Amino acid sequence: MSIRQPNNRVTSAKIVIAGGFGVGKTTLVGSVSEITPLTTEAIMTSASEGVDDNDMVQDKTTTTVAMDFGRITIDSDLILYLFGTPGQTRFWFMWDELVRGAIGAVVIVDTRRLADCFAAIDFFEHRRLPYLIALNCFDGRQHHDVNDVREALAVSPNTPIVTTDARSRESTKQVLITLVEYVLTMRRAGAGAGVGA
Amino acid sequence: MVVDRDHEPTGALVRPYAVTRGRTRPRLEIAMEALVETTARGRLNGLSSGREQATIAGMCGTRLQSLAEIAAHMRMPLGVARVLVADMAADGLLAVHEPSGIGDGGGDLVGTELLERVLSGLRRL
Ligand SMILES: Nc1nc2c(ncn2[C@@H]2O[C@H](COP(=O)(O)OP(=O)(O)OP(=O)(O)O)[C@@H](O)[C@H]2O)c(=O)[nH]1
Ligand SMILES: [Mg+2]
Repeated sequence: MSIRQPNNRVTSAKIVIAGGFGVGKTTLVGSVSEITPLTTEAIMTSASEGVDDNDMVQDKTTTTVAMDFGRITIDSDLILYLFGTPGQTRFWFMWDELVRGAIGAVVIVDTRRLADCFAAIDFFEHRRLPYLIALNCFDGRQHHDVNDVREALAVSPNTPIVTTDARSRESTKQVLITLVEYVLTMRRAGAGAGVGA
Repeated sequence: MVVDRDHEPTGALVRPYAVTRGRTRPRLEIAMEALVETTARGRLNGLSSGREQATIAGMCGTRLQSLAEIAAHMRMPLGVARVLVADMAADGLLAVHEPSGIGDGGGDLVGTELLERVLSGLRRL
């Protein structure tokens, strides 16, 4: 590890890992993290103010949302965190905090159940957080052509779609590199204004 | 730092809030990925301030830890850890290094430079 650069302030950055239930979020985080993925919980006590589909349920409820995350030390003064989104997309209160200031997001997709990622994509589009689509080929086979997936998901032609094996460190590393390159390209093209929620 | 009350999840019914003397709102809004470091003062005095505080001072004295890591290691909800860390920072025991928050007004150059550092770091992995 290098000596702390006098000109760099100590800081951190984060990337959000999203996708449907059991799609490989924790596996992907664990494959590159220098720590075993940790879990942190957020608790919300509310008279749920439109946080989920059952809007306007007036009962006071306590909701615990667990997120797992990993850590990659980039430099002694720069640490990158990977945060997996809570499995259930209805916990929007946590998603707001998750995307605030994030570099971008990886949306993991199992092509056998494409629709599971719609909520995440809608959310990132709405918050103008750059994201890429990572097709996790569970049985080593890709069930759909990338162009078909692009069409089915109705994502822009610029949005990167890559295939991945979430268990592989090298594969995950490539996914993250592709995401950061994409974000950089967008910023350089001037399209990045307003990105990051 | 921005105090954002609307987005702060609270948990007034949860036992761990006893350690925060019942307060569920931190004095500072601290991002979950903000890095926390024990100050010189924290090294000297942190250990005598309370069990949870002492553990946090010990853990952030050996290496930088994010708020999320502190919460996970302490088995506390994020909101509880946030209150404790904010108080300890206010007492000068901890330094909180905010994340670079790419899009929120940090300026394009800062963001781009940070992204490049992240990118080369990932390539070195
Ligand atoms: N064959 C194969 N199996 C995978 C891959 N990624 C994940 N799995 C397996 O799929 C299961 C679910 O993976 P997780 O990483 O727990 O998925 P998750 O998205 O974190 O799940 P939730 O947090 O419950 O939504 C585990 O048994 C993994 O071992 C992959 O790329 N290929
Ligand atoms: Mg998981």
